[in-house]
Formats: sequence, C-alpha cells, structure tokens
Amino acid sequence: MRAANVTGHQPKLALGPVLYYWPCETLLNFYERMSAAPVDIIYIGETVCSKRHSLNTADWLELAERLSAAGKEVVLSTMALLEAESELKTLRRLCENGRFTVEANDLGAVRLLAERKTPFVLGTGINVYNDQTLRFLAGLGAKRWIMPVELSRETLASIQAGRPEGVETEVFVYGRLPLAYSARCFTARYHDLPKDDCQYRCLNDPEGLTVSTREGQAFLTLNGIQTQSAQTCNLLPELAELRALQVDVLRISPQAAGTEAVVEAFADGLRGERDPVEAAQALNAVLPYGACDGYWRGQAGLRLMAEIGQDV
Amino acid sequence: MAISTQSLELVCPAGNLPSLKTAVDHGADSVYIGFRDDTNARHFPGLNFDAKTAAQGVQYAHAKGRRVFVALNTFPQPNGWSRWQRAVDQAAELGVDAVIAADISVLDYARRQHPNLPLHLSVQGSATNYEAIRFYHEQFGIRRVVLPRVLALPQVRHVLENSPVAVEVFGFGGLCIMVEGRCLLSSYVTGESPNMCGVCSPAKSVRWEETPQGLETRLGGLLIDRYAPGEPAGYPTLCKGRFIVGEQTYYAIEEPTSLNTLELLPELQDMGIAAIKIEGRQRSPAYVTQVTQVWRAAIDACRRNPTAYIPKPEWLQELGKVSEGHQTTLGAYHRTWQ
Repeated sequence: MRAANVTGHQPKLALGPVLYYWPCETLLNFYERMSAAPVDIIYIGETVCSKRHSLNTADWLELAERLSAAGKEVVLSTMALLEAESELKTLRRLCENGRFTVEANDLGAVRLLAERKTPFVLGTGINVYNDQTLRFLAGLGAKRWIMPVELSRETLASIQAGRPEGVETEVFVYGRLPLAYSARCFTARYHDLPKDDCQYRCLNDPEGLTVSTREGQAFLTLNGIQTQSAQTCNLLPELAELRALQVDVLRISPQAAGTEAVVEAFADGLRGERDPVEAAQALNAVLPYGACDGYWRGQAGLRLMAEIGQDV
Repeated sequence: MAISTQSLELVCPAGNLPSLKTAVDHGADSVYIGFRDDTNARHFPGLNFDAKTAAQGVQYAHAKGRRVFVALNTFPQPNGWSRWQRAVDQAAELGVDAVIAADISVLDYARRQHPNLPLHLSVQGSATNYEAIRFYHEQFGIRRVVLPRVLALPQVRHVLENSPVAVEVFGFGGLCIMVEGRCLLSSYVTGESPNMCGVCSPAKSVRWEETPQGLETRLGGLLIDRYAPGEPAGYPTLCKGRFIVGEQTYYAIEEPTSLNTLELLPELQDMGIAAIKIEGRQRSPAYVTQVTQVWRAAIDACRRNPTAYIPKPEWLQELGKVSEGHQTTLGAYHRTWQ
C-alpha cells in the first residue's frame, strides 16, 4: 500500500452542483448529509434547466445559509444555457445576492458580476483554454476557474505556469462529465413529448438516461438538455499529480447513489489515510459503465488509461 | 408585416479559392474563409487558404465590391497560442473585412493589436443571450454576433431587440444541435473536438465496414450507425447516429438533416437580422454555387415584396439535393423541434 504524500500542497474538496432533477425532499436530504461530509466547498443551484423547480431561488438561498452555518463555503451556481428573459431575471437575482460567491457558467453572468465588482468563480460553462484568457477574466474579478473537462494535464501545467496571482484552480475529478448543451430536450424526445410539455420526466431518472450503441456499448447520458458521459471520470489515482500541479480545489459531481463514499475516498486520500489507487478501484468496481480518465491523459475522454481498470 | 427595404447580407462559405470565386460570382455579399490549420473550426485535410490563396481571394472579392471574413474560431491552448496570434496578424495584413473569433484571448489580442480590424463573435462564442453579447461588445468592441443554432424565433427577436450589435443567424446547412463552443462529444469519443482542434467527428477516426448485418459506420471504434441494404448511408457525425436508450433504437440526439430557413426569410428580415450565414466551408464549389444562387434569389424576392414572398418549389428542390440525408428542418427556430 502506497501512502500519499500529505506534506505537499493540500487541495480543498468541493461538491459540484447537482446536475440532475431530483425531488425537493431528495435534494434537501442529500444536502443535509453533505453538510456533515468532509467537503470544504459546496456549489448549489440549478445549472441545466430552468423548468426544474424543486427549489426556487429563495429556497436555494435558504439552503446556502444552512450549509454556510454548517461551516461550508457555499457558491451559487448559475445556468449554462441562458435563453429566456425569465432566466436572465433569476441570474440577476443570484448575481445580486450580496452574500454568497456566484459561479458564472455563461459570459452574461460574468458581465453582471464584473459590473458589480464582485469576485466570482468561472464554472465548466466558461471556456478558459489558455492563461491569457484566465488573466483577462481575473482582471474582471474571477477568483477561481475550473479547467474545461476536455483539457489534459499538460495543458493544465502550461496554464498553471501563467496563472495570475490569487486565482485558484479547480479540476473536475469525479463524476459523469458535462459534455454538451442543446436547445433540444433529449429526455422529452425519448419520451416522445414536446419540450414545452415535458411532464418533468427527468424526475424519473435520478442519474439521467443512458445512451448505448447498437452493440450495447454505453457511452453517453441524457440529462434533459445536457449530454453527459456515461462513464464516470475518476481522477482519484492522480492525487499526487493534482497536488504537484498546485490544483487548489477538486470537484466531485454529485450522483444519486454513493456520493458519500466518493467524498470519503478523496478525503482519506488527501489525508494520506488510504491508498488512492486502491480506493479508486473500489469506487470503479460499482460503476455501471466503468470509469474514464482519457481527457486528463490527452486522449479520447472515454478511455481509461490508469492501470487500475475494472472489466466492464 | 411592414414592408422592409433593408436587405439581408448573404454570407457564404468557401473552403478554397474556386468556392470563394463562385460565391462572389453568384451573389454572396460576403464570403468567410479559414486558414490551413487548427485556428478555425473546419480544419479538414486539403481544405482552406494559405497566405497566397487568401490574398487572391480577398483581391477577387474586393474587386467586385464584396467582403471577406476570416474565421479564427477555435480555442488555443498555451502551446499553440502563437499560431492564433500569427493568424490574427495575417488576417489584418490581408485587409480582410472582419475576423470571426470566439476565444477571449484571441479577441483581446485582435482588439489591442489591430484596433481597426472589425471583429465578429463566432457562433463558437456561445452567446445565446444579450447579456453575453454585451460582454463581448463592451470588452472587445465586437460589431456583430453570430447566434448559436439553439434559439426559437421569438427568442432571436428578443436578443436582437436588446443587442448592442448586428445579429447574424444561420440560414442553411449542416445543423449543430448542441450549443456551438460548448460541445465536447467529439473529443469524448475521438480525442479531437471543434474547440481544441477545429474538427468534429474527424475523418481519420471514421471506419466504414460491410458486414453481414449491413454497412456499419464507426467513429473512434464506436458503432454510430448500421444501414440495411439499399438504405442511404451518411457520414458518422457523432450526434446523428442511431443509438439505444431504454428499449428504443432511434436517432437519440438528432436525425441526419440540414437546417433550412428559406420560409422564415420575411420574418428574419422584418425583425432586423443583419445577415444570413450559409454553413459548409467543407463542401464543394458546386454546393456553394447552388446554395448561393438560391439564397440570392430568395433574399432579393423577399426584399422586393416580403408579404407576397413564398419559397419557390425549385429553390427547395435545389437545396434538398445538397442537404444531409436530403432532409431539411427549421431546427430550433421552430419551437416544436426542440
């Protein structure tokens, strides 16, 4: 068993926003449990579809207060695809909340936050592919950025070399990867319903709908207007490298089942109490469609390059 | 509907000099091109312009009073950034009429280094709302935005009413169903995406195989589609395959079809859209000729008399011939499609 080096740079653990549509009670129970879990930062809010209404803006803000009281750093995440004026209205309300940091997932949000001179976080919806872009956005008030999931560790190293002072770097280390957004709702399409009368069918699938080839190879997940990977990105075996690259925050994307175990595994790995490779193997063993880490290694995203693969 | 005299600008694609010339000759107001590398989102083998052909193209178009735009609409990573820098400089030296860009660092560089070079925000910039458009306008002085193909017509109108800059929309051609600039499906399966490499579902990752079950198309080893004997086969673009969800096998994301908004022209003109973009820099000069001819005729007819305008059957027939899967759709403009 290899013990992790805990004397070096110590990243914080973050829980990303819930990307699926869960009923109100499920969501609140989840966050109740997470308020006691070893995560430092919790991102909350609806980022995928404005029709999902388990919690409204006031409810999210109330939840933010509770999580904050439990000692968590709370960040309010905003929508990735903004089309309707009603969506901009909600966005403005979040940007003007005056209490919690906001994660921008569209440059419209960046504009509103920069105008208020409020420091903000750049989410997965913002394309930061190079350090010049990062410096530009830092000049407008970005205090943290998350690396686009398709970029590799080599690119991360280059961007880190030119990273502006005081800006934190976050990496998506666990979960189904957000890959695309569309005007079309693929869940409604699957149920042969028009988008405007979707009957909230996303509620039936707490981890989305799996897309497989006609040979039965699962590779995508439909989550309303969002498309995710079917495979679960797992960079737990890369902890030492994430540390060496001075990554400040590791993001775990919530799943309907097993998120506590994932958080524990990363927290144990960071404390040096558990071998990350063994812990990753245990997590991967229960994944329905296996793990992936190809993007991190500069390959096709769905590939699993770390030599810990489970037969799937 | 009010009679409008404002003419929609017709923006046509050119993947090489013959396409540029035929677009100009058949009525394009503007032609957009790319350089021969990954600085643009149609980085295909054998396609695009080097310094010499680009200069010839600009000269040809300018001599006939038409404009040339250069697309530099991918997202540079640090190790390649100087290539985008050179491309911006080259576009400025060529005297092109606008650069179409998406990446913040590219827009920032162009703005600082070449303040007189007009900038258009590429569809790859993912600006779907007017707050985002205002961001690009305030920060980089963009003069035009190309909207992603995700908005319904009333949404386009709302964006336009609040946009500080002219609005260009896609009128015809290959249909991205995802918000451009935010789609990583291709790199998930092949390692290469439009944002990073200027390609989607790249040809080098494609395999065509005759099997006892029929013709199979694969991308990065994944089965995208399987065709029965006699069934017309299409290029295996990742989002346009037949897949299994639950118990159903179907086009889970999108059918192989092209966008065609010919019938929306009066409405687009009335709401004050500045320009209509035709997709297809990867297509042949014959495609460019046919599509430019039809759209020139349609735009002129609509301008002359928008209330009496209806697309002529022969126009639709011509466009149908060059459409993917010989099918067309109104796409997201029509709410029921969404």
